[in-house]
Amino acid sequence: MHQIRCPYCGVRDEVEFAYRGDATVARPAPDADEEAFYRYVYERANPKGWHVEWWHHAGGCRQWVKVARHTVTHEIGATARATDPLEAPRS
Amino acid sequence: MSETWRAPAGGRIDRSRTVSFSFDGRTYRGHPGDTLASALMANGQRLLGRSFKYHRPRGLYTAGPEEPNALVELRSGARREPNVPATMIELFDGLDARSQNRWPSLGLDIGAVNGLVARFLPAGFYYKTFMWPPTFWEKVYEPIIRRAAGLGRPAASPDPDHYEHMHAHCDVLVVGSGPAGLAATRAAGASGARAILADHDFELGGGLLAEPAHEAWRAAMLGALAAMPEVRLLPRTSVFGYYEGNVLGALERVSDHLPMPPAHAVRQRYWVIRAREVVLATGAYERLIAFPENDQPGVMLASAALTYARRFAVRPGSRAVLYANNDMAYATLAALREAGIGIAGVVDPRTTSPAAEAARRAGIDVLARAEVVGVTGARAVEGVRVRRADAPQPVTLDADLLCVSGGHNPAVQLASMTRARPTWDEALAAFVPGIPVQNERSAGAARGVFGIAAAAADGLRAGSEAAARAGFKAAAAFAVPEAGPGTETRVHPLWQVRAPGKAFVDLQHDATADDIRLAHWEGYAHVEHAKRYTTHAMATDQGKIGGLVGAAVLAEARGEAVEKVGLPTFRPYVHGITWGAIAGREVGRHFKHVRRTPLHPWHEQAGAVFLETGLWLRPLYYTKSAETGWEPILREARAVRERVGLCDVSTLGKIDVQGPDAAAFLDRLYTNTFSMLPVGRARYGLMLREDGIVLDDGTTSRIGPERFLMTTTTARAADVLEHMEKCHQTVWPELDVQFCSVTDHWAQMSVAGPKARAVLAGCVTGLDLANAAFPFMAVGEGAIGTAPVRLYRVSFSGELAYEVATPARFAGDVWSAILEAGKPHGIVPYGLEALGLLRIEKGHVAGPELNGQTTARDLGLEKMLKRRGDYIGRVLAERPGLNDPDRPRLVGIRALSGDFERRLRGGAHIVARAGATESLGWVTSVTRSVELDRWIGLAMVRGGAARAGERLVASYPLEGEEVEVEITSPHHVDPENARVKA
Repeated sequence: MHQIRCPYCGVRDEVEFAYRGDATVARPAPDADEEAFYRYVYERANPKGWHVEWWHHAGGCRQWVKVARHTVTHEIGATARATDPLEAPRS
Repeated sequence: MSETWRAPAGGRIDRSRTVSFSFDGRTYRGHPGDTLASALMANGQRLLGRSFKYHRPRGLYTAGPEEPNALVELRSGARREPNVPATMIELFDGLDARSQNRWPSLGLDIGAVNGLVARFLPAGFYYKTFMWPPTFWEKVYEPIIRRAAGLGRPAASPDPDHYEHMHAHCDVLVVGSGPAGLAATRAAGASGARAILADHDFELGGGLLAEPAHEAWRAAMLGALAAMPEVRLLPRTSVFGYYEGNVLGALERVSDHLPMPPAHAVRQRYWVIRAREVVLATGAYERLIAFPENDQPGVMLASAALTYARRFAVRPGSRAVLYANNDMAYATLAALREAGIGIAGVVDPRTTSPAAEAARRAGIDVLARAEVVGVTGARAVEGVRVRRADAPQPVTLDADLLCVSGGHNPAVQLASMTRARPTWDEALAAFVPGIPVQNERSAGAARGVFGIAAAAADGLRAGSEAAARAGFKAAAAFAVPEAGPGTETRVHPLWQVRAPGKAFVDLQHDATADDIRLAHWEGYAHVEHAKRYTTHAMATDQGKIGGLVGAAVLAEARGEAVEKVGLPTFRPYVHGITWGAIAGREVGRHFKHVRRTPLHPWHEQAGAVFLETGLWLRPLYYTKSAETGWEPILREARAVRERVGLCDVSTLGKIDVQGPDAAAFLDRLYTNTFSMLPVGRARYGLMLREDGIVLDDGTTSRIGPERFLMTTTTARAADVLEHMEKCHQTVWPELDVQFCSVTDHWAQMSVAGPKARAVLAGCVTGLDLANAAFPFMAVGEGAIGTAPVRLYRVSFSGELAYEVATPARFAGDVWSAILEAGKPHGIVPYGLEALGLLRIEKGHVAGPELNGQTTARDLGLEKMLKRRGDYIGRVLAERPGLNDPDRPRLVGIRALSGDFERRLRGGAHIVARAGATESLGWVTSVTRSVELDRWIGLAMVRGGAARAGERLVASYPLEGEEVEVEITSPHHVDPENARVKA
């Protein structure tokens, strides 16, 4: 069972969070074409190793948190606020 | 019966007290300190169950949680629990257990004919035999298999007992209380570390419980541990899983040793233990040897025979043969002799060994370079057939007990769950724990260090190391038992004996060595495939005593070393646990709680029939005693159309949005524009997902220059809030806006009907409700009595209507005041059914239309897609496929006939004519119209509005129904919207 360090609340149990997918994609600018939006909504890398994900602190402060998680070992790495950069560690 | 197999002295039982228990309806006696297994053995009951597939007679094979055979049904009625190993049941007075998997009785079992046709029941036989014809599976094969196979029966009524979850944090968790576990716990505890010691047994001590010579040391250790305030001892607690983050799961059987839990006590406790460091002192499981008839009652593991003799003072037989490939198993000989059991001989595949020599000196006949090729006796062992390397003809040793030891497998299950790959130990011919991945280490027999003294010393090391790693300084040492003359631990690998007959590798699932070979021959050569094909090691005991033996048989078939074949992956649970414990307190209403509106007490006293929608309880309609069926619904709906009605709509999601950028934020969330909405006005809004599909709808009101109050549908309230949080926090964090749910803070009620204004005019103060002053879509504040109210002139019914919101604490007062003011106008409270009826008549979309597949265009709402400015879903909503003119579009449908017996149903297909099978679309919502006096509905139909006037058929083949309908506008009532503006 994971513990996740919420940047606002501190270390919390994973049951307080809801996994919300890939945090490495960003919504295209409003003038971007359909293809860009298609990629944003549907296309996902499936990395083996470290990945940056959204975890919603739904049972806590309601903030969307960036979480580095290793997709093989499930290890939880660094976390960051939604507006702060978080680079996935090298696997 | 009497305890004729009980030794006259010794053991850890309390002979001063007697307890009475029943097995298969017969009454027996035992003592505190017994398990059900030992007590049955003391009473001479050797046959305890029937095997899974062949219904072969089975008796005790082990003395611990690894027991494959003696699974029983414990207790009766609502507390009946199937598949409990008798070896794990602590005896109590009044205990009631039954054998399983036999019919009609344990002694006479008709299923045993399976054994006679066994050559037709090889590995994978389900897959081969029961394939054709396909329809036979459900009707014929499965019921037969379920009756013939299967184990115990679960209780049929709700569990009356309570369970709970406990979360614990500690510096050092020690699993297993044998010499290694006791020493590790004391070492950790003495250093000041918070330590937990868990063991499945009701007495702590593990292997020490069968070693009277070390009782003083065991008692001293437990005394020292009890005196340490930071050490918690958890007997009767099975650690079943090792998870990421050094979290382990355990089941504490709090009240299982009592007839029923004491008042307010739980039956079992599910522990989630987060440990800084873990010591796995889980011991080792002795393994069987796959020789013919190795499942006959009277055959058991050598360590089990020793435990029964020493710990429980029972004689597992009267004359024994030991069949072993290692010196450690020879310790059983002394224990059996002490208990007065004769030794018929030892069968040993090796030429000689120190233990064999010692046995010979003690006058025991040791047959070297020999193997057991079978047993004699129909239901229990009467003789052991032995073949010597130098004599082709087997000889039969007269014995009723055959003690078997194929070596010992360190219990690596928990360590393996951490992803530490077990490694092969050549000397033990077994896997030992691999290099740790998490913060754990194994100690004692769990890592192949055998013997009391060596294990205790190893536990001291492991406990000290764990405490140091957790940040504690080592404390004063304590004495561990002196090492005696060492026992050779090297094992002569011996997995199977090639001779005719069934040689089992999995007793519980009746998998034989031949089954493994067959699996290999048929291409299931990977250990994971062979496991699934034969079901080997898939039973409740998870192959603890035969798993490696099966792997070795497979290895031989593959022509490879067993360490290359390996074992299947270990996963939780190491031991079976109950659903009750997993659920804990999250049962019934604790699992699915109830949300009630602030008006709930009024609805109850008014005779409301409630409906659960999500977590909410909403009034469906209010009954008058004589009314049946649709009568109350139609009465309520007619009142709204003709006079006025009052409905509780507090369940609508309400989100308060504030800030300088609130309007800009809503513009980007909704397909339509809110920044131009004047203060004091409401607007219907439509929200898409980014993929262009409709997410939700609702009215949003501007109640200040920088403040809006959104409403969402009841069902989507949580989704919409999360969607907004995502959009604001991750997409547009630059927007200065704040919002939160105020759903529970406000009671909201709809006053609808031609008399709505007149009713409110009679009770609302501080607000001019004249049509010109407060037109359709106006929002304003006033008061009803002393309660502040906010009025929204919005309508879901199609009638002149207002929604009245008030802080939840005023809900009852406001509701009653409106009813009072409405009395002269004939006001009627109406429920969810009438609400739905009215909205379908008016053609408003709701859940059945906003089903996660429909677009704005599908719903006829394309005019709400603004031309300028960005919003969620804007780009992908324009994809050609979503704008295909052939997509089903929202229409109204009306039954041609006014015959209410010919009903419309949601889910019916729209087809061109009676009998046609090409679907043109489907019916989403239906109701009986009070305005049109017939069945009407909404439907998604290809061609949409262009089909208006066409006569089609709503077909519901499941009920054989076909109803002629006319396609119309969705707005069955007042399409000009005159009423709402009146």
